[in-house]
Parts: sequence; C-alpha cells; structure tokens
Amino acid sequence: MADMLELGAVEARSALDTREISAVELTSAYIAAAEDTVGLNNYVALTAEHALEMAAASDARIAKGEAGLLEGVPIGVKDLFCTAGYTSTACSKILAGFTPTYESTVTANLWREGGVMLGKLNCDEFAMGSANETSAYGPAINPWQTADGADLVPGGSSGGSAAAVAARSALLATGTDTGGSIRQPAAFCGVVGLKPTYGRCSRWGIVAFASSLDQAGPFSRNVADNALLMQAMAGFDPKDSTSADVPLQDLSAALTRGVGGMKIGIPAEYVLDGMDPEVVTIWQQGQDWLRAAGAELVDISLPHTKYALPAYYIIAPAEASSNLARYDGVRYGKRVEAESLDEMYALTRAEGFGEEVQRRIMIGTYVLSAGYYDAYYLKAQRVRRLIRNDFETAFENVDAILTPATPSAAFPVGRKVDDPVTNFLNDVFTVPANLAGLPGMAVPAGINGDSLPLGLQLLARPFDEATLYAAGQVLEDAAGFVANPPRRAGGVS
Amino acid sequence: MPVDKTTVAKIARLARIHVPDERQQAIATELNGILLWVDELNEVDTENIEPLASVTGHSLPMREDIVTDGDRIDEVLANVPASTGGFFVVPKVVE
Repeated sequence: MADMLELGAVEARSALDTREISAVELTSAYIAAAEDTVGLNNYVALTAEHALEMAAASDARIAKGEAGLLEGVPIGVKDLFCTAGYTSTACSKILAGFTPTYESTVTANLWREGGVMLGKLNCDEFAMGSANETSAYGPAINPWQTADGADLVPGGSSGGSAAAVAARSALLATGTDTGGSIRQPAAFCGVVGLKPTYGRCSRWGIVAFASSLDQAGPFSRNVADNALLMQAMAGFDPKDSTSADVPLQDLSAALTRGVGGMKIGIPAEYVLDGMDPEVVTIWQQGQDWLRAAGAELVDISLPHTKYALPAYYIIAPAEASSNLARYDGVRYGKRVEAESLDEMYALTRAEGFGEEVQRRIMIGTYVLSAGYYDAYYLKAQRVRRLIRNDFETAFENVDAILTPATPSAAFPVGRKVDDPVTNFLNDVFTVPANLAGLPGMAVPAGINGDSLPLGLQLLARPFDEATLYAAGQVLEDAAGFVANPPRRAGGVS
Repeated sequence: MPVDKTTVAKIARLARIHVPDERQQAIATELNGILLWVDELNEVDTENIEPLASVTGHSLPMREDIVTDGDRIDEVLANVPASTGGFFVVPKVVE
C-alpha cells in the first residue's frame, strides 16, 4: 500500500484484518517515520526491535482470527507511563535510566488488545509545563510551522504525544492531563485529545504529579480513532483506589448519534479581555456548526471560572510536593553522594529536578506549611468546590459545553517570558475540567492566518464521554480539517 | 512580600532541595509573583463551603487484610543506586 501512514487507526485495523497490509509492514513504516522525523525530538526512546516482535505476534493472532481491539496498531507512549523493561523517566534527570519491572495498567490494557509499542514520547518534566520545554531531553518540536520556519512548541505537557501523532510517527499515542496536558497540545498540533472523567483510566503505574487531578487519555488524528483507543485504555482497576467502577459507554456507537436535540452551553466567562480574534471566530464557527447540525445553544454562566487557575496553582503544586518526596536517591533514580543522609537528599534533588519542578515543589511546600495551610491550601480547595458546583448547576440545563481549547495557537520554542504566571495562562480554558473531574475533548477546528491549527474544547458531565464523541464527530465533519503539518513524515521538509 | 530570603531557605530545607545562597533572592521574587497572583482567591466568599479534596464521589474501597504481593527483592532493588545484601545503602546516620 502506497501510503500506510495516512491510514487512520480504524482504517488500519480493517486493512490488517483483510490482510491488505501486515502489522510488521505498518510498524516498519512507523519506525521509519520516527527516524525520518528525529529532528522533532518527539521520541525519547524508540523501541524498534520490541515493536517488530509485537507486530509479528499481532500478525500471528490476526491469522488465527484472534485480533484484539488495537491489534497491530503502532502506539507511542508518554514517558510518564511505566513500561516494564523500558526506560520510564518522566523526562527528568532524577529518573535517568529508571527501568520499571512492572507495566502501568493503561499500557497493559493496550498491549492486551494487541497494540504495538513504538517507544516513549517526550513530555514536560514530571508533566509540569505547557510547552514541552521543561523536558530533560530538550524541547519536543511541533510538526506545524509558520512561514518564517521557526521551531514551534507542540504544547505540553504531552507535547511529544501530540506532535508524534500529527507528524505521522505514531498512529495513536497516550498522554496524561492534569491541567490541560492532553487538550492543549492536541489543539496546538491539530489532533484529537481526550481527558476522560477522573477515575476512568487507572493511574496505577503512571508517574504521579497531582493525584486528585491526573488522568490518562488518548491522542489520535480523528475522533473515531480516539474512541477506539479510549475503549481499550479505560476500565476499573482495583490497584487504583480512585478508579471508578462505572461501565464505559459504547463510544463507537456514539460517533453516529449526532447532536440533534442536544443542548450545548456557551459560558460567558470564557470570553477573555484581549482574546485572539481568530480564536473568537473559530469558537463562533463551532457554535454555528453545532446549531446547523440540530443542537440548541444555551448561554450559561460559570461564575468562578477566573479563580480556577489560581486554585489549580495551589492544589497541583501542593500534591506534587508530596508526591515527589519519594525521589530521594535511596531506592531508585539519581543519587548525589554526600557525607550525611540529609545532604544527600538535598543535593540529589537539587541536581535531579529541573527549575520548574523545583519551583512547584517549593510553592507546594510553602502552601502546605504550618501557618499557611488554611490561608492557601484549604482556601483553594473551597474554591475548587465552588467551581465544581458551577458545572453541576450548568449541567442541569445543558448536555455539553463548547469553549475554545486554548487562548492562542502554538508559539515559538524559547519564547521569553518574564514571570511564570504568563506560562500558566495557556491552561485557562482547560484547568476547570480537571478541578471538577469532568471529561473534556479537544478537536481541531481550523487553521489561523499563520497556517497553524486551532482547536475547540467540549466538556460533558462526569462519565458521559459518549456525548463528547457524538458532538466531537459533528465538529470534525463540519470543520473538514485536513492535518498536513509541513514537517510530518513524508512531508515537505 | 510574603516570602523573603530566609523563608526560601526554610522552604528549601523542608523540601530537601539544596538552594545556593545566591539563588535564594531570585526564587523569593518568583514565589512572591505567584503568591500575589493566587491572592485573587481572597475575593471569593468561601464561608460555609467545605474544602473539596477529591471528586470521585466514592469513599476509598476496603479490601481483605491479606498479603497479595511480595517476595520481589530483586525487582525492588532493580533500580537501586546502592545496595548490599538485599538492603538499601545510605550514608551513616548513627555515629
């Protein structure tokens, strides 16, 4: 087949089943694509030999009529997931060389369904960042480019995952989303990304950032492929005490449901001062598409929206400071030798953690320390409840909410910002869903004047991912978005 | 300014991160920027609002108090920086 890389995952599955292509051929094409796009720094480890072995096993199962949901589909894995026998570093120096002896539940689910692991994908260190620039492996690069040819960020923290799927060096990829780390890079790279309801995907075996917010989710080039990956990765897991024992809906069936009669909320508070006019236009466009497809648009209010980011930047660092206490140079990872145990901890952590991670641990330590706990941490948790209450009230009247995915398109690598707060604003539209535990999907919706993709975000009630797939498919059909980033494998440069 | 150089030294000590003296002032400035920004939360009336720590809506599940895993010394030590005789090795803590 001439261009195997252009097949979607659902299409590839059917071409594999009819033996039009083999899993080994498909995997070989993706390994070559990953090598071809090595300049994008999307992979931090390519596991080619292992991938070819898995693909050969897939071909054998297909021949016996025993194909799983993802049989023979090449998948890239964010470096935050533990993969047995293959380095899993969270893109941090402190975990350099860390090779788990166990497999995360989510990735185990993928391999059980016949998925083929291509390798580990670049991300922000411990998933802390919105541009993939805090990675110990250096920044991942977006395959999209403006006319000046500057390297653009893919967003973050799952930047390598979004960029690899867009660049055709992975057919599907896993990510994690604590404050927008799936949806924001999906929008920057012109791919589909889902943050499931908190509790849908097991967190077991995923390097923890902020445990009450972290959630794994799928990346793909179209909505149907996303449903396929989600169907395989989600599920109840007794090993994660926050895992939800709630049956997953039939997501493939939802794809053809449409939005006829659906009520979709448009939150007044998501209109920001000085918002990029092209973002406003695409949001309006999305509303028109949904209305034309039979949805009823409803103006809603989420009054505490502006407090979501500051609440997040107390809660997430607080949880991180606790979670990252385990990196002490004793049991695994990097160690800096010293005379005393205390000195060994402090030097190991100073050398092993990057600047952004250290900053967040220090903020978290401060807001949890005696005398500040009530004023910062408990205050933020009270505001978190108000934010969730806003959504609960809104969802009494609407089935889904439509917002922009990001306040801007992708920006250049190395963009200088004076204060950390400016970087935090990337997540202004995505953070509320994490605080409230809601599912959210980013869908590519158009191209801006600089030839860069812009995305829309859909939010739904907890455990109602099916509504996101139904409305996401309508947006995808209406947008007719063609994702041909210039620096994709087989592209122009 | 809520955070000064001395506070940074104290937080760094609590977080077990070595922060050289000459970096402390710069970090104090950064942390103050973030803390002034989050002060916006004080505009919100949270009287009688319970803190929300978890969105799961279910209480943590109980399980039988039985051993389900173990005897994996080699796996536990597979990534250890220093070990001897099946133990983790750290600098001497008792004279």
